[in-house]
Amino acid sequence: MANVISSFETHPDRYKHWSLTFDGDLARLEMNVDEDAGLAPGYELKLNSYDLGVDVELCDAVQRVRFEHPEVRTVIVRSGKERIFCAGANIFMLGLSNHAFKVNFCKYTNETRLSLEDASAHSGVKFLAACNGTASGGGYELALACDEILLVDDRSSAVSLPEVPLLGVLPGTGGLTRVTDKRKVRRDVADYFCTLAEGVRGKRAVDWRLVDASYKLSQFEEKVIVHARALADAQAPRTGTDALGVALTPLTVEVAADDSRTYRHVTLAVNHAARRAELTIRLPKTVGPTTPEAVRALGADYWPLAAFREFDDALLHLRVNLLSIGTIVLKTEGDLEVALGIDAVLEALKGDRFVSEVRHYVRRTLKRLDYTAKTLIALAGKGSAFAGTLLELAIAADRFFMLDDPDGGVKLATSSMNFGAYPMGNGLTRLQTRFLGSPQRIDECQARTGELLNTSEANALELVTFSPDELDWDDEVRVCLEERASLSPDGLTGMEANLRFAGPETMETKIFGRLTAWQNWIFQRPNAVGEFGALKTYGKPTAAKFQWERT
Amino acid sequence: MTSSMNYSEKIPNNVDLHQDKRLQRALEEWLPNYLEWWTSMGPESFQRDDVYLRTAVSVDRDGWAHFDYVKMPDYRWGIFLTPRDTRRTIHFGDNIGQPVWEQVPGEHRNTLRRLIVTQGDTEPASVEQQRLLGQVCPSLYDLRNLFQVNVEEGRHLWAMVYLLHSYFGRDGREEAEALLARRSGNPDSPRILGAFNAPIDDWLSFFCFTTFTDRDGKYQLRALAESGFDPLARTAQFMLTEEAHHMFVGQTGVQRILKRTAELMKTGDVRAQGGMPIDIIQRYVNLWYSLSLDLFGSEDSSNAAMFFGASLKGRDHEEDMAEHTALDLFYDMKKYDAKGKLSVDKVPLRRAMNEVLRDAYVDDCEKVVRSWNKALEAEGCDERIRLPVREFHRAQGVYAEICFTPDGRFLTAAEWNDRRDSFLPSEADRSYIKSLMYAVTKPGEFAHWISPPSRGIENQPGDFNYVKFNPGSIHHRE
Repeated sequence: MANVISSFETHPDRYKHWSLTFDGDLARLEMNVDEDAGLAPGYELKLNSYDLGVDVELCDAVQRVRFEHPEVRTVIVRSGKERIFCAGANIFMLGLSNHAFKVNFCKYTNETRLSLEDASAHSGVKFLAACNGTASGGGYELALACDEILLVDDRSSAVSLPEVPLLGVLPGTGGLTRVTDKRKVRRDVADYFCTLAEGVRGKRAVDWRLVDASYKLSQFEEKVIVHARALADAQAPRTGTDALGVALTPLTVEVAADDSRTYRHVTLAVNHAARRAELTIRLPKTVGPTTPEAVRALGADYWPLAAFREFDDALLHLRVNLLSIGTIVLKTEGDLEVALGIDAVLEALKGDRFVSEVRHYVRRTLKRLDYTAKTLIALAGKGSAFAGTLLELAIAADRFFMLDDPDGGVKLATSSMNFGAYPMGNGLTRLQTRFLGSPQRIDECQARTGELLNTSEANALELVTFSPDELDWDDEVRVCLEERASLSPDGLTGMEANLRFAGPETMETKIFGRLTAWQNWIFQRPNAVGEFGALKTYGKPTAAKFQWERT
Repeated sequence: MTSSMNYSEKIPNNVDLHQDKRLQRALEEWLPNYLEWWTSMGPESFQRDDVYLRTAVSVDRDGWAHFDYVKMPDYRWGIFLTPRDTRRTIHFGDNIGQPVWEQVPGEHRNTLRRLIVTQGDTEPASVEQQRLLGQVCPSLYDLRNLFQVNVEEGRHLWAMVYLLHSYFGRDGREEAEALLARRSGNPDSPRILGAFNAPIDDWLSFFCFTTFTDRDGKYQLRALAESGFDPLARTAQFMLTEEAHHMFVGQTGVQRILKRTAELMKTGDVRAQGGMPIDIIQRYVNLWYSLSLDLFGSEDSSNAAMFFGASLKGRDHEEDMAEHTALDLFYDMKKYDAKGKLSVDKVPLRRAMNEVLRDAYVDDCEKVVRSWNKALEAEGCDERIRLPVREFHRAQGVYAEICFTPDGRFLTAAEWNDRRDSFLPSEADRSYIKSLMYAVTKPGEFAHWISPPSRGIENQPGDFNYVKFNPGSIHHRE
């Protein structure tokens, strides 16, 4: 199958659908979707509706603001078109897409919306949705991901979540969840709002907390700046080195005919016949720079950023372009002491804005791994380096094999990064999630931070699933991988998504675990995608015909 | 690793044990436990005696049946597989045409392990069931045959343990240990299959067991000998060469009893003369045959369909079948409602694979019974042994819970209770048979209720000393 999208990399210079401009500490991110520049033929991106290509640019813009423009304290998100802010995901694109693509598309757009909130929460970058026209469906969901929503009061522009009445599906990019959990709209009001196809305008939208303010057309631009300034002024100004950006340079990757990808620090080796891929991260030979200046001088080449950008890119290709690959074998290569040394720098320099952004980037990438609907098996053999940040990969995995090496050569280690730097979507660290039933293990792991632990010590700390010795290793691993490959991909996706997220719910886990799970169910139902399903009949002369059984 | 251990000498094998570190390691842990199991759960009170036994030392024509005196704990339990045919392909099920698997396919690992463990569990179980039987042997010839069966069941356990050790990693080693930990009849840790949890403490039961229950084993092995997992197929093929002797012991054992009974019938009341009346023998046949039928599993079975579809377990003589996928074919299965009303269901053939195997088994059992009846006829006796219908006395499958007479007439539960003792051994039958059990340990002598065999093992003379009791043995005589 041809790739759905050839690259997840882009640059503002090449944006087709957005423009990103800067004015001091304000950035202006304007959506002006090119109708004819959809990723695939068969649909036009009218009314600022979007497909995956549009969202890749949005995601890129948010990353670049954080890394390249640290001076920015508020991003104004607005439309470059008249009377329409954004009409949401393109319905004709969804109608043409298979189920797997729809699911991955929604996951990616959800992660992008969350990245706006993540920048707001962790980097002092606030987002102002300046809805200079109607924001419907995914358009309003984009606005919901911002810190504030302004709606022009022109007696016609509205915010709406018309998915249920018009399409028979859900506002699945966080819409339902953010209305009640983030904006705290009363549930009966939300219920009414979500069945009101034409949406809500002006003052009522404000009264119902759907937007923060509504202004006449004549005042709108001026008020946008007032609100943007207020948001920005509440954030600490960036001074000194914190105001210096780091360019996100293009990744270097060689792509083989079999879709394997070789980056500088990451290799994705694809085995189509076995339906699995090996994803390996290689450590550098030395710890590298230890001062903020030296780290910044390396910029995008600084190993943790470079490696995890590559890792993130590989994950996206696995998800969207390599649908049949069911299992990811996670490996690490290098010197454990180097891994610990790098973590020590990440910890010591966390007050530096760039290093802090790197840590947040790693955190988001690890969450992307958690949300990847493929089996994750981590293998610690000889030469592996699951320490600190890299140990997170093993703890994120569904199963972790560690070779029981009689020479004691195979080791792992925890670092300070395992105890708070990289919380999961549920708000807990991976170790907290793992040890819900034995929280004392977390203290035990923490007490041994920085120690190289051999297999029996790692076993005693319950960090390992299986530890075959050399005689058993190949066969145990082979059988595990083969057995996994034989199980239902749907059963596995559901099972893994449930088992990975023990513990409390957050808005984020509700979006992935509840909203999208229901959406993915609805996407499979005849009432949405059957011959007379609402998604299929949308825009056609015939009305949807439903099967009326409630399940 | 004990470097001094010479594996090839101590453990005859054709699996390159001397260079298989993984297997050596596993066996090194398992072997002492096995020997401890054998001395505590194997034949009671004969472990120091020299027994004239057959040992397989290679898979060659000359090597698989090497006869000599040996003390049972010193028996050289070996590991033998029928040699590999590198051209062999999978010849049934969904994987037909592919090369056979030399390694366990990951997706079938748990299923295969279950199949092997279930088969393996019967081997030590029968040794445990028979452990007291030697003390009431009807002759040294029979005692030797019992021990031959026992050591070979031990070797068959080894064969299954070899598979577990070599192909199933740590799980396999744990299962191999568990095979030694379960105990026939132990309420806390019973053997897996019900029929292997009752002691066999009389020789009529033993001969029935080796005729009927070991014959189930033969058909299970035949089905596994077809497996797409080549090491299992080859292991089962070699086990079948030994299994034949067990059935020989059973079939000729019952036949020798019948011959003796027919002789006694000519001179008066069998019972009064200390023989085994033919109606009691018939009831033992009814019992063991029906218990053994249950071992094949349910007539209509999704597991059986899965085993066949996955190319793990085939049919008896699969190569003789016209078609090897068994898709779109049906089996006419007799079923009954609670009132005994018969209907015929079309069951998809794959789901009926247990019944297909049972059909082959039933045919084979009928041949055995014919040979017994010829023996009766040769003695001028008009009585005949008859196999009950397969619906009779079943606890598993579609005929469980419904009562039938041995000749297939429907009975209510009350009628069954009234007539049960005419179909199956009663307490009185059992205590009578047990009253006949006493040890005959002088070469050439036989218990009163059984005829001598027509010829000795390896054509040894009738008074051959098959078991030499050594000083210290409770059977030793100066």
